[in-house]
Amino acid sequence: MRKFNIPHKFELITIIELYAQWIREGKLKVNSDWNKEIGAKFTVQDPCNIARKSGSNKIVDDLRFVVKTVVGEENFIDTVPNRINNFCCGGGGGALQAGFPEQRRAYGKIKYDQIMATGADYVIAPCHNCHGQIEDIGHHYGGNYHVVHLWTILCLAMGCLADTERTYLGPDLAEVGL
Amino acid sequence: MVEAIKIDRLDVELKDEVLDKIPDANFDLCLTCGTCTGGCPATEQFGMDPRKLIRMLNFGMDDEIIKSDWKWVCSMCGRCQLACPMNINIPKLIFNIRNKVPRDKRPRGILGSCDQHIRTGSAMGAAKEDFEFTVLDVAEEIREDHAGFEDLEVTVDRVGAQMVLNQNSREPVTEPEEMGPLWKVLHTVGADWTYPSVMWAGENYCMFLADDEGWKYIIEEFVLHVDNNLKSPLVVNTE
Repeated sequence: MRKFNIPHKFELITIIELYAQWIREGKLKVNSDWNKEIGAKFTVQDPCNIARKSGSNKIVDDLRFVVKTVVGEENFIDTVPNRINNFCCGGGGGALQAGFPEQRRAYGKIKYDQIMATGADYVIAPCHNCHGQIEDIGHHYGGNYHVVHLWTILCLAMGCLADTERTYLGPDLAEVGL
Repeated sequence: MVEAIKIDRLDVELKDEVLDKIPDANFDLCLTCGTCTGGCPATEQFGMDPRKLIRMLNFGMDDEIIKSDWKWVCSMCGRCQLACPMNINIPKLIFNIRNKVPRDKRPRGILGSCDQHIRTGSAMGAAKEDFEFTVLDVAEEIREDHAGFEDLEVTVDRVGAQMVLNQNSREPVTEPEEMGPLWKVLHTVGADWTYPSVMWAGENYCMFLADDEGWKYIIEEFVLHVDNNLKSPLVVNTE
């Protein structure tokens, strides 16, 4: 809208900012009790569009607030570098459909190494391009992490994640709260 | 005697053309420090890197630049520009190089997704009727089978909702059950929301294709629908 100067009356916001707001306001009552004993480790992928390209760390800081709230601060391991200075996963800009898989995977090796260095069991990727690419490089380079949507973990923490909504969970979390 | 290169004789058509569109792209300010290249995951792919690209641009090697497939490996992530001490706009340069390729010669996967989006409202080609059918069907299943969500409300084009949500087309098309957890969160907080039937999908492959016209069309249709028909004050990007 900015690029083409298209006038609009509405405000544009990400769901991540709303999750954070709802948790702060107490409307979304979630905590990390479910993960106390299990201790599943999580990291996040900062999508370029909501990190660097948004011009600030606001959204990705909200992302960390939400993730730490639902998985436990002690179970969150950040990548280095991160947030506005993150490495792109290599799936964006159309790369997943550009027809150069060999180059795309070579590009993604940095992201793969970053994720492996965190030792996390789960990568929360709040962008479909990132999600697809991080899954693909995980399979390609032999990583054993799982890539999950943020809403999956929110509902897991809320105790309302149905058995049909667990496609992306590993065996350690597949039965939690059922 | 070695003759010095006379810079004023350089033919830099591509550079001038891109600078016309992005006057503050700063290509002439490159110090060749290589900070961009050191931090770019696409460095070395197809024998190219951001610093080399700017050198080639400034030397007028237009044909080589346009011919290189590197423009499709670079994801326009912007890390080079963030690190650049001279704030050179390399991502927008890439966009404009993509734009130099005839539309029908751009990668078929991206082209196909862009065309589908213009035609149907989503890159995966699901028309608004299919989208509406799928979300209402999944919502009905949740109301029937998931305890505590008997009152779950999912609507398309509900006028006056406080927020309009987009949805990546991957969910309704390939994994509809993944929408459930999102709706449950919205339901729990009592959000007043709806999906738009027009350009409902969150992705935009026309932007990746460097198809200005297609990109603009998708955004305009969406804005008109939300502002004039749905009249919602908030649009929420769900990814």
